[in-house]
Amino acid sequence: MNAGRSQILDGIRRSLRRGELSGDARNEVEQRLAAPPRGPEVARAQLDPSGKVALFCQWAEANNATVARVAAADVPAEVTSYLARNNLPARAAMAPSSQLDRYDWASQKMLSLRKGRAEASDQVSITGAFAGIAETGTLVMASGPEHPVTLNLLPDTHIVVLSEADIVAGYEDVWARLRARYGKSRMPRTVNTITGPSRTGDIEQAIELGAHGPRRMHIVVVRD
Amino acid sequence: MQSTAHSFSANVAAALADPNLQDSLAKLKVGFSERRRQAAERLPEFEALRDRARDIKNHTLANLDFYLEEFERKVTALGGHVHWAPTAADARRIIADLCKSVGARTIAKSKSMVSEEIGLNEHLESIGVEPVETDLGEYIIQLRHEPPSHIIAPAVHLTKDQVADTFFEHHKKLGFTKRLTERNDLVAEARYVLRQKFIDADVGLNGANFLVAETGSSMLVTNEGNADLSNTLPRMQIVLASIEKVIPTLEDAAVLLRVLARSATGQESSAYTSLNTGPKRDGDLDGPSSYHVVILDNGRSSVLGTKMQDMLRCIRCGACMNHCPVYGAIGGHAYGWVYPGPIGAVLTPQLIGVEEAGNLPNASTFCGRCESVCPVRIPLPSLMRHWREREFERHLTPRPVRQGLALWAFFARRPKLYRRATALANRLLALFGRADGRYRSLPLAGGWTRFRDFPAPQRGGTFHAQWTRHGGTRTKP
Repeated sequence: MNAGRSQILDGIRRSLRRGELSGDARNEVEQRLAAPPRGPEVARAQLDPSGKVALFCQWAEANNATVARVAAADVPAEVTSYLARNNLPARAAMAPSSQLDRYDWASQKMLSLRKGRAEASDQVSITGAFAGIAETGTLVMASGPEHPVTLNLLPDTHIVVLSEADIVAGYEDVWARLRARYGKSRMPRTVNTITGPSRTGDIEQAIELGAHGPRRMHIVVVRD
Repeated sequence: MQSTAHSFSANVAAALADPNLQDSLAKLKVGFSERRRQAAERLPEFEALRDRARDIKNHTLANLDFYLEEFERKVTALGGHVHWAPTAADARRIIADLCKSVGARTIAKSKSMVSEEIGLNEHLESIGVEPVETDLGEYIIQLRHEPPSHIIAPAVHLTKDQVADTFFEHHKKLGFTKRLTERNDLVAEARYVLRQKFIDADVGLNGANFLVAETGSSMLVTNEGNADLSNTLPRMQIVLASIEKVIPTLEDAAVLLRVLARSATGQESSAYTSLNTGPKRDGDLDGPSSYHVVILDNGRSSVLGTKMQDMLRCIRCGACMNHCPVYGAIGGHAYGWVYPGPIGAVLTPQLIGVEEAGNLPNASTFCGRCESVCPVRIPLPSLMRHWREREFERHLTPRPVRQGLALWAFFARRPKLYRRATALANRLLALFGRADGRYRSLPLAGGWTRFRDFPAPQRGGTFHAQWTRHGGTRTKP
């Protein structure tokens, strides 16, 4: 294994006609890693907070998600109502997260919730989100004991509860938040960024929803 | 994968005569390229992002050893493993050993062009491990025992009816006895069949769009979510990636993601981008318990520092083939190996040799559309021209072509004679009639006119003759 390693690294250095990076050249790349330069800013997402929320909702809908904007007190009722509107069972697997515990789920007598990871038989999942990206209507999910990855993928319907305060302009703001939360260069095991329901264009380039992941994605945006 | 690039000319003739393929290609011409144009126009920063994407890749290639070591350090610190594979055989052996170490019987694969490059599926089958392709397009062609014909849309050469026939034939034994005719039903049936495969798989294997050195993360972009399932449900995750996939930081990934989706499918963003970093952590309720990254060289490091280095910037979006008139006429299989289109004509001679694939770069009019849409601005026509020169130098060019070039060179070095000869040719061609502005057949030019018309020379003599007549000035070269 180590022979392969040095064969590749030595090959690269031979081709680049230098030895291992050292001195100023090494300082330069180390600096770049320590303070990553940002690329050109995407102007359309540089908005005030309410503009960002509106742009997020617009792009999420353009990408085939549905969006409801509600007050915190109305989140559980919106979830029940969404399930009823779509003839879905009032039963869901929910992320065991403190973020979701703030809502009064007990108010929904008909709604049966099981906290944990998703199983193959689950039809509906409810999770929070680490952030939303206004530029493209993208949700960011960070894995951990409070957010199993299977909840994002296995059920046919994924309901996501997202606070307005967590909607940021672009990826760069998400990276900054991840570093602040988990420490520099210490990512959670999985970060999924998700833009609308699963889709495929593999048969004659026509888009069909629900290839492997959820067929439906409903985003409940919670007013601050 | 066994190459048929040496019989490129015969492959092309077969492709042009295949009505199903021609139907599918007609759809490709209006699909991806039009959507890419609209996506690029919606984003005023698109050209600036392309410049930046090129610069990021150039910076990384110049410091590739540093970033690979940094990536390894981060992966290892979080409990993952990095394996280095100088050759395709090394990569196959490493992956086979990993599969054996967990007694794997099936592995759920998400689309990986590098795995096609190293012929992984055949190898796994030979040691009794069943690889299951989970990307819908890859699944279809795996059932049909075909190679992919496009790097992001592997089954783009097939019609819906062909897919329906394939599923009917292969899903019968699973209890699906009806031949489906609707696209959404076909997708639903594949979803059902593959869901169980994900659950049963012992190992999930996927490629990587990027390896992020800063965090030790592998980054993967899909629309279906199949990669995400394959790197979450099985107990071992293996990432197979070539050396040039490493990038420095998450900020660099943000730039590259913005140009990747728009260039590939014209989407603002693909549906899923997942970043995986090491195995599952304490307290996690799901995720693999081991995480391995296999880094493949397979001849790439020798391209660094040469005129051909630019090809290593490629982020495999497929825009060059979506916009290529040659790919649009013959599809991907005719190229005879893993990577088709303009980038294939550049990569293939490098990876499997000019002797085998030297003819691929000849299939270009150098129209330049590929370069004009490449998100990392690879000068594809120049790189193809380079291969043509190598082919000529090695005397691999067929004799009639060499003789023709020698004849042309003789005249080109004698300007006066050249002008007299072209004036004569112009008059001669006029004898065959130029009323239509084109010839459907010409003596000695059957190879050309068999597939396309030959344009008639303009009236009023050669360019030089008209230039002189209109009093154009001359400067000594």
